[in-house]
Amino acid sequence: MTEVNISVNGAHTTAEVAPRTLLVHYLREELGLTGTHVGCDTSNCGACTVHLDGEAVKSCTVLAVQADGFAVTTIEGLQPAEGMDYHPVQQGFHECHGLQCGYCTPGMVMACVALLDENPHPTEIEIRTSLEGNLCRCTGYQMIVDSVLWAAEHAPAK
Amino acid sequence: MSLVGAAVKRKEDPNLLVGRGRFVDDIKLPGALFMTFVRSTEAHARIVSIDTNEATAMPGVVGIYTIDDFADLPTIPGLPPEVAPLHRPVLAKGTVRFVGDPVAVVVAEDRYQAADAAEAVFIEYEPLPVLASIDSSLAAMADPEGTRIYPDLQTNALPIFPEEPPAPELLNAPMRLSQTFINNRCSAVPIEPLAVVADWAPSGLTVHATFQAPHHLRNQLTSFFGIPQHECRVIAPDVGGGFGSKICFYPEFFLAPAISRKLGRPIKAAQTRSEAMLHMHHGRAQRNDVEVGFDASGKVLALRVHTYQDVGGYPDPTGMGLGVLTSWMSCGVYAIPVAQTALTNVITNTTPVAAYRGAGRPEASFLIERTIDMIADELGLDPAAVRYTNFIQADQFPYPAATNPEAVFYDSGNYPAALDELKRMMGYDALLAEQTARNADPSQPLMGIGLSCWLEIAGFGPNGSLEGFGHLGSWESAQIRIQPDGTAIVSAGTSPHGQGNATAFAQIAGDAMGIDFDSIHVRFGDTETQQQGIGTMGSRAIAVCGDAIKKASVQIRERAVQIAAHLLEAAPEDIEVSAEGFAVRGTPAVTKSWADVATAAFQPLQLPEGLGAGTLDATVFNEVPNFSFPSGAYGCIVGIDRVTGDVDIERYVVVDDCGTVINPLLAEGQVHGGVAQGISQALYEHFTYDENGQPQTSTLVDYLVPAASDLPAYESGRIVTPTPVNSLGAKGIGESGAVGAPPAVVNAVVDALSGFGVRHMDMPCTPEKVWQAMGQPTGSN
Repeated sequence: MTEVNISVNGAHTTAEVAPRTLLVHYLREELGLTGTHVGCDTSNCGACTVHLDGEAVKSCTVLAVQADGFAVTTIEGLQPAEGMDYHPVQQGFHECHGLQCGYCTPGMVMACVALLDENPHPTEIEIRTSLEGNLCRCTGYQMIVDSVLWAAEHAPAK
Repeated sequence: MSLVGAAVKRKEDPNLLVGRGRFVDDIKLPGALFMTFVRSTEAHARIVSIDTNEATAMPGVVGIYTIDDFADLPTIPGLPPEVAPLHRPVLAKGTVRFVGDPVAVVVAEDRYQAADAAEAVFIEYEPLPVLASIDSSLAAMADPEGTRIYPDLQTNALPIFPEEPPAPELLNAPMRLSQTFINNRCSAVPIEPLAVVADWAPSGLTVHATFQAPHHLRNQLTSFFGIPQHECRVIAPDVGGGFGSKICFYPEFFLAPAISRKLGRPIKAAQTRSEAMLHMHHGRAQRNDVEVGFDASGKVLALRVHTYQDVGGYPDPTGMGLGVLTSWMSCGVYAIPVAQTALTNVITNTTPVAAYRGAGRPEASFLIERTIDMIADELGLDPAAVRYTNFIQADQFPYPAATNPEAVFYDSGNYPAALDELKRMMGYDALLAEQTARNADPSQPLMGIGLSCWLEIAGFGPNGSLEGFGHLGSWESAQIRIQPDGTAIVSAGTSPHGQGNATAFAQIAGDAMGIDFDSIHVRFGDTETQQQGIGTMGSRAIAVCGDAIKKASVQIRERAVQIAAHLLEAAPEDIEVSAEGFAVRGTPAVTKSWADVATAAFQPLQLPEGLGAGTLDATVFNEVPNFSFPSGAYGCIVGIDRVTGDVDIERYVVVDDCGTVINPLLAEGQVHGGVAQGISQALYEHFTYDENGQPQTSTLVDYLVPAASDLPAYESGRIVTPTPVNSLGAKGIGESGAVGAPPAVVNAVVDALSGFGVRHMDMPCTPEKVWQAMGQPTGSN
């Protein structure tokens, strides 16, 4: 067992974990943050996407011990924008029907937040290309693309 | 303003957006153990021995079980007694019949330990001849000594509708053509794999399952274990997609409770994706042998279809019925005077096949829409013109389908109008000119235009339609209870998993009762809190359950008006209802709010004679007289790379007719999702086996579920022909896209390749297949 110290959504967490423990299981089983989901075992689906020091990663492909000393943000850690109920990306998903069953949504939202952090005004093609690592089986993606465009348009200037 | 028809944003979103959804694997019960399967690595083999010694001694292992430990349990329910040899045991018994067939169960303290121990269980197999396809299974039947996957059954082929000799109308037709279509095996791939938590306490059994029909599971679990239904509660919490794959009974639904009872602790099972790819039932997997007779105008005179349905290694009751729907719907939107359909279900050493979005209807739309294009090609006619020549006209409804005129009556539609609208949106005539120019220019991608005028059968259904698939009934139920503060709780018997029914049902109830949308709460998915239910499948939620909600709402409103009239000392016929409350016509200043009326409904001293406490509570079991028949016209424009064979969807145009639209946002979402799965079946997805029955596509690395970059934007249009089958006029929309999309795409690909003499291409139209069809071009772009 190995001790890890990981900042999660701004709070310090620590635990003794088996070295093979995946970050996603640390978040879900150890911390009870079940918003991050697991949809595959080959790093294809992206349902488990979280931010590691601000960058989108698939938490099924990161060991908890590799995240030691890092800051993790999960879907539970997104903050509402001023004047909105949610973070602009979440708000965009609500406005544009960017989710149906909601299982891929946390990972999809985290991937979209990272995209807009890097490229605040992406084109439709840039959105589609940058979301290649996140699978949604319900929406056919059009309304996810619309949601990101909505967020880009309505996000408060930084 | 009417709520029905408005693009209201979803009630479902708030929890799901912030990671506060509750899916089965999120549920953590105190003391729970984790179970996993040891799965067969052989497609067909006798089990010689199972050695669990090493695994039993591993850390965290609590128990390892084989079928011998469950000798007291019956087989998995669903199939009728006449096919007793096909009844599936909860674990493989003596023989394994597909790769992934569960042979043993490992129970451990956590999922890591369970997976480790499962790897350490050693099973010795004696291989048997493998029949991994329809063709090999039928070929074995030709040999009296050939392999029978169920020796007690003596056959691998189960004829459902026998083949008849060709009708004179077919034999005498001026022109005939025939084609075999292979409808490629797909995996549903809901992003949430299968998961179940079972907790058998002294007071009874509670099961959380990712499932589309919790009452159905409750009914079957209680008969399986021989326990009373009131001691079993099944909850389908948030469910991460289903697409039909979550209405089947899988072994863990029965084994998790059995082991929980044995060990006195809660048991969780949650598949990995790679397990789900082998274990969750697949879809499609049909062969359709089609013969068609027609005349020089393109008029179809007779159609003859023999459908062979691969049902896999353990036939599923839904899987056994897929081909029935294909057979019924084989004529599509066309007035074909003579139709002959035969159906044979074929057992193979593959994953069982059952419902996947569309379930039998995509196969029908594919075979008829490809056939129409082949007739056009044969005659050198515009495919749109051949469609117009054969359409059932708008004044011919109800229309008895030639495939089964006793059972299949198309309800309503306007197929020519849908194609008119599609051609207008596409700019069809200009596209034909553009195509001629482009295909003559070698520097441009080859252009193809494909049409699909599809039809499906939905809104399941009239009495008797679902019972054949093992369901308790075909009705759906709704209950509405008004709370003392005037808010409403709508309990639905269906169990949605992404469709947005909480929103749509609240819209229906809000309009029909006159209660504010935000004052309505919709509940479902729990046998303890919902009156009976059937489930969410067969595009039935709005058409059958929504209609039930409307009928219950009408009852509530009538009683509320009586109470308001009593309180306002007026006649009920003089009461006007709005979201603000109740007023007497002509004196709008004097009102009673919904809260006033609702409170009075619980205070008998305030009630008029004839109404008692709790009167604002209505339950409806809704029976519908017929199926509904959603239809539409889809157009696809592809560009094909002349060197690589890569198919790019340049435009995808949709004209949908689901009758009345409750919420255009939700309707569009359903169409998009279905079309995406249909495009994907046409271009990307194919679950394949080698001749030894070894799956070749059992992870998401090998099985291509498309990403945003693989799919186009959709151009959406609509016509509306309300159905007379229910009071809403709504036909159902969940499966339409998956039914209509594949032939539009393949028709476009074949159209683009027609210059190479290509008449047909089976799905998926991969770059390699297209490149082969183009004569293996070399060079670079």
